[in-house]
Amino acid sequence: MAENIATIFQWLIFLGVAFTSIIASLLVITRKNTIHSALFLVLTFLCVAVLYLLLYSQFIAIIQVVVYAGAIVMLIVFVIMLLDLEQELRSGLKLFYSKVIGGLLAVLFLFGIIYSVVAKSPTGKMGSYTPDKVSANVKAVGEMLFTQYLFPFEIVSVLLVAAIVGAVILSKKRT
Amino acid sequence: MVIPSVPPELYLVLSAVLFTIGVIGALTRRNAILVFMCIEMMLNAVNITFITLSRFLQSLDGVLFAFFVMAVAAAEAAVGLAIFVMIYRSRETINVDEINLLKW
Repeated sequence: MAENIATIFQWLIFLGVAFTSIIASLLVITRKNTIHSALFLVLTFLCVAVLYLLLYSQFIAIIQVVVYAGAIVMLIVFVIMLLDLEQELRSGLKLFYSKVIGGLLAVLFLFGIIYSVVAKSPTGKMGSYTPDKVSANVKAVGEMLFTQYLFPFEIVSVLLVAAIVGAVILSKKRT
Repeated sequence: MVIPSVPPELYLVLSAVLFTIGVIGALTRRNAILVFMCIEMMLNAVNITFITLSRFLQSLDGVLFAFFVMAVAAAEAAVGLAIFVMIYRSRETINVDEINLLKW
């Protein structure tokens, strides 16, 4: 009985978060005002963070809130404030057709993905991360990151340094 | 009677829907910053797939991949937004169909 109640709550949270994230992402791509889009983007990212919690990966959920909802969207909002953007104008007929074709292709793509997901349920080799280890998620991630994935980790650090240097050089005032 | 827990297929379908919304936004909007936001949304949808499969196949590799995707997205945000600011300084617009300097 207790497991049933927990499962019902899981379903309720999943459905609520799924609908909220879909509606918020639809609002992101339809608002005329860029700031409103950025704020709905924050809502989408927070919903996805709740999904990560439902999937028992606390580490990625916290990183999602800190890096995406905190850092990246804040950077976007700052750039929107720096640039004085005019309202997006209605595009001509030629662009309208290209939009319709692009949208149709994207929807076809969605049906392809849904078919491939539903036709055959995901199977594969089971790993060693069994459900009784989920309470030590951060510890397990850290151990794996600094042993098996040490070399990619160092490459990512070099990439981040390159990105910082590139951003500074690009936005420097030309003399 | 025991209610089954949320199946992985639903998470994958949700991730597909979010990815498609991102694709449609990136194809139909003209503002470069909005296109950029849609690309971030698509990266996020891919991360949901990684985490879902990592949970249901009981392996941690998906979590690590999602971590690396986030690091690359942060680097991309820094450089991309700096490029937008520079383009706006020289051309006074960031509409993607008016930036055609590289067009042949």
